[in-house]
Amino acid sequence: MRSPAHVRFVTALTQLRPAAFVAVLLVAWHVAIKFQSNPLLPGPLAVASGLLELATRGLMLKYVVASLFRVTWGFAGAALLAIPIGLAIGWYRRVELAINPFIQILRPISPLAWIPIAILWFGVGDVAAIFLIFLASFLPLTVTAINAVESIPEVYVNAGRNFGLRHSQLVYRVLYPAVMPHLIIGLRITLGIAWLVVVAAEMIAVNSGLGFLIVDARNAGNRYDLVVAGMVMIGVIGLLLDIGIRSLERIPSISWGYSDD
Amino acid sequence: MTTLTRSRRWEPYVWPLLTAALLLLFWNFSVKWSGTNVFPSPLAVEQGLADLIRGGLLWRYIGDSLRRVAFGYLLAVLVGIPGGLLLGWYPAVAQVVNPVIQMLRPISPIAWIPVAIILFGVGDTASVYLIFLASFFPILTSAMNGVRNVPSMYRRAGRNFGLSPSKLLANVVFPAALPQMLVGLRIAVGIAWLVVVAAEMIASESGLGYLVIDARNSGKRYDLVVAAMLLIGLIGLVLDLGFRRTEKLKSLRWGFRDAS
Amino acid sequence: MTSVTAPASALATRALKTKLRADGIKMVFERDGVSTDVLDDISLEVGDGEFVCLLGPSGCGKSTMLNVIAGFISPTKGQVRIDGERVTGPDRRRVFVFQERGVFPWLTVEGNIGFGLFDLSEAERRQRIAHYVELVGLQGFEQAYPRELSGGMKQRVEVARALAVNPDMLFLDEPFGALDSITRLIMRGELLRIWEAERKTIVFVTHDIDEAVQLSDRVIVMTARPAKIQRIVDIDIPHPRDISSPKYLSLRDGIFDAIGLAHKV
Repeated sequence: MRSPAHVRFVTALTQLRPAAFVAVLLVAWHVAIKFQSNPLLPGPLAVASGLLELATRGLMLKYVVASLFRVTWGFAGAALLAIPIGLAIGWYRRVELAINPFIQILRPISPLAWIPIAILWFGVGDVAAIFLIFLASFLPLTVTAINAVESIPEVYVNAGRNFGLRHSQLVYRVLYPAVMPHLIIGLRITLGIAWLVVVAAEMIAVNSGLGFLIVDARNAGNRYDLVVAGMVMIGVIGLLLDIGIRSLERIPSISWGYSDD
Repeated sequence: MTTLTRSRRWEPYVWPLLTAALLLLFWNFSVKWSGTNVFPSPLAVEQGLADLIRGGLLWRYIGDSLRRVAFGYLLAVLVGIPGGLLLGWYPAVAQVVNPVIQMLRPISPIAWIPVAIILFGVGDTASVYLIFLASFFPILTSAMNGVRNVPSMYRRAGRNFGLSPSKLLANVVFPAALPQMLVGLRIAVGIAWLVVVAAEMIASESGLGYLVIDARNSGKRYDLVVAAMLLIGLIGLVLDLGFRRTEKLKSLRWGFRDAS
Repeated sequence: MTSVTAPASALATRALKTKLRADGIKMVFERDGVSTDVLDDISLEVGDGEFVCLLGPSGCGKSTMLNVIAGFISPTKGQVRIDGERVTGPDRRRVFVFQERGVFPWLTVEGNIGFGLFDLSEAERRQRIAHYVELVGLQGFEQAYPRELSGGMKQRVEVARALAVNPDMLFLDEPFGALDSITRLIMRGELLRIWEAERKTIVFVTHDIDEAVQLSDRVIVMTARPAKIQRIVDIDIPHPRDISSPKYLSLRDGIFDAIGLAHKV
């Protein structure tokens, strides 16, 4: 019979395993860099010092804020439009039949392919970037909203009508709560896409932000340590955004929509 | 949940066509009224397409883009599916590796572009690498989740019939996980197509993505830009529909509750 | 088999006024060019305060009939009148109790029961909710979410929600179908207790013969699709009913025979 102390020790070790794995990878990276000839590729230490440099020069905060600002405006704008529109389309079948083929054609067009048009209409700058993020988020959110409405079990709507709910009440008290879980997942996935696009948009069409940092660090001096530092920051912030939305999924009036696995 | 219980047979065709006609008209007239001499009208786009076809560039570019996607995607499948099956089958391994995956996943493949360029130079390999990166994660996670979600009673039934672990994996777990894997594969192809355009815009000298950037840079040929965009959309759609077809195959249909 | 209309005498002998009347209901469903006859010329009457069961095999159309009566579907032919008024849509005065999946998962027990009470003042609403929570025996669970409740408890929430708006009629569509048989027996007792406390007209759909004979005043036996009324059986045994009594058994066996089922397994 194992003692409780023993069990606790083993459990603690198990928690540490992933961290140990990361450490192993970092060491492997470090060693691999030492053994290769290209002087430009940075090792983990160079990247760490790059991150420190960015933080002390104040650039880290400035660029992160710039990128987040664009994502927020583009994404929020898309959500405010796409969700009501998508819900309406999903509700009225004929509208859906008419519009669906277009959605299917426009959806695979990479938002990045819109870059020249964005620059044409808005010039190089914030607005072009926000426009691209808006575009990238709009269709996926619309599709999510459409699917969410179509998957509402008919019982809920019937029960709502049974209690004498007028149309507008039906929307507030049955439709919105019922689609919430589905919408939040869609929001999370689309935010991931938006974050991906902002980086690309910044690489091409603006003069600040994390995407710009990556391009600029390379162009102005081959500072690959900063390039990779930028990549690390992009990863961290993307992860934080994702975790942020997942926390919404735990609210009881929403978490009912997710099965316990 | 829909408001329409009975739709007449012609409805799924007529409404979209009507909307298509309206949108084209709207496009045409807004270009005329705004007096822009840069943004192309539908006819200009059509002529631009004809130019491309005549010049022979179109098929070459389409071929290049598709080829890069094919290589990167196949590589992702070859690494991602076995990897995902492994992670799903051995939860201990998943627990160790998962945090790293969660940290790498949000890094846009596009952010990898400079690194890809120093590693592989400008050209096909860089693009293929980026597409691999982009497709890898969805395929890996869907394979992993597919295995995790196989009800334990299937596994038990398999063992009951005396199957060895490898047979169990091949004959019970893999088919059970297939529907979910297919969805992941479909999503991955969509992302791959999105990324190839980006990769080509920056790291290549051919392909549809390159065309979009080049047509603008060398001569402000916005008619070609829009033509390229439409083609990108169309091919992406065909790829997506192709995958949805496989999901609909009867032998796989059981995995989807509402195959709509 | 020709359809059978509820003889007016059945209601007259109980001196009940007609609450609901369905005339010549015919229902044909069309899907992708294929039409299915589900209901074939059904006419029936339900008296005020009566407990009536629609009994038949699964898929025979009894749920469709209930949906037609409740106003969720329009019949292809025929009409339904309640209190003399033609039924054109769902209405608060006649509430449908779905199986426990009709409970709104985003609301607590309290939220669900109070769902239809938006016209009342806050104090009245709270009082009403408390009354019905107690009536269905869910004290202590007011703040629980449906996912934390068992099937039987969710069913009670549904019944409480329906009763809270004080309807004249209740429609129950196999409400205990998803419950285990022990819980089912308990819930039948609960339903009768509630029915005796607040006398509503109830139309109850089931495929369980015992359930029909235990609960209702009259059992309307329906055939398989296209459904017609095969027979109407009066259960004039007072509650509480002894399920071993000869009268109960003979009525039950009569229905067994009518449907053509053997007595031995």
